[in-house]
Amino acid sequence: MQRIIYFLIRNKDFILFLSLLATCLSININFNEYNKSKFINSSNFIFSSLYNTKFTVSKYFNLEFQNKLLVEENRQLRLFKYNNSRKSNDISLEKFDYNVTASSVIKNSYSYSNNFITIDKGKKDGISPDNGVISSKGVVGIIDNTSENFSRFISILNTNFLLNAKFKNSNYFGVLSWDGSNINKVQLKDVPKQANVAIGDTIVTGGNSLIFPKGILIGYVNSYKLDSSENYLELEINLSTDMTNIENVYIIDNNNIKEINSLDE
Amino acid sequence: MSKIFSNIILAISLILVQGLFFNNVNFLGNINPFIYLFFIAYFPIKNNRTFFISCAFVFGIIIDIFSDTHAIHAAATLTVSFIRPSILKLFFGMAYEHQVVKFNSIELKQNIFYLSSIILIHHFILFGLEIFDTSKITYILKNTINSGILTFLTIYILYELIIKK
Repeated sequence: MQRIIYFLIRNKDFILFLSLLATCLSININFNEYNKSKFINSSNFIFSSLYNTKFTVSKYFNLEFQNKLLVEENRQLRLFKYNNSRKSNDISLEKFDYNVTASSVIKNSYSYSNNFITIDKGKKDGISPDNGVISSKGVVGIIDNTSENFSRFISILNTNFLLNAKFKNSNYFGVLSWDGSNINKVQLKDVPKQANVAIGDTIVTGGNSLIFPKGILIGYVNSYKLDSSENYLELEINLSTDMTNIENVYIIDNNNIKEINSLDE
Repeated sequence: MSKIFSNIILAISLILVQGLFFNNVNFLGNINPFIYLFFIAYFPIKNNRTFFISCAFVFGIIIDIFSDTHAIHAAATLTVSFIRPSILKLFFGMAYEHQVVKFNSIELKQNIFYLSSIILIHHFILFGLEIFDTSKITYILKNTINSGILTFLTIYILYELIIKK
């Protein structure tokens, strides 16, 4: 017994090292899955307020570019409004299928292979996990964790991100994911061979997911090839959003999600 | 006493600088220097090893929370802090064993070898755990080298400024 204790005391550093390393690895492996990383994330109070302070300073350097984006979006909305003036009278707020909340990015990251982005709206503003996040140019991610005033979403540049996507001009669909190598390109897999693909085709969100409404822009086809099974196509998509420069995002909440989910129970 | 205090100040400021500035450098797309490694590399030599290891772990976890990664920084800093005595012994030999090594008076050549080996080990573990895919070993090595060069430059500048004066 004495020998065991002596052995433990002599090797206490090594044992400490091994146990801490095991902790690290278990965190890395267990929490690396979608929706599980509640313990270590930057949407908690101290870290979000730090990022928020930094954002209040750094946002001024980017104003011109973000203004341009907003003006362009306003123009499109105006176009839409004038062309649909007759319908706009009988739309009431309760009837909307989707709620849209505007928000600002306070912490962006794209240098890792699993990237998360923090925004300055939280539970208080009606944000909940599994809401979709888009910018004015297209899809950017899905909310995975919320606190009272802040929330964090999985960026489209995350190797765990999966999304149903289809062609704009046909109904062939596939699974969108990212391989972690190029921050401007994502991959669309499992597209049937029969699909007529041309370079430059527009890819939009498919209606199969409850998170995003149908038809939100994702990107354009850059190249395509047959995958290893030779039955499906693998496409490389140029993202329409510049993920290195996003500031204003919109959170989409599907109001019917409870009703649709209750059908499956 | 004042030395302990100044080390705590150094640790906090390194964490803040890393989290708020150096995580967003994104040189040539996605290359970031990890300047916080300065704390591990030039931690005072005469230390309690158990304390140093636990310190490095906590330090890494805080960096992890800042960059939304899952304990990869903690694992890398922990490993480096554990094997640091062996690296010191390798490059400083007898001088280290007789405890006469002082970071403000080591030779340039020894310093370069010591610092770059610590950085390479740290970055390799970091990117290896982050990508976690043996088929992408070239990507891991590329990231290690690219980021390592940038880290080396920033830490060496900091060394000249803070320790050598």
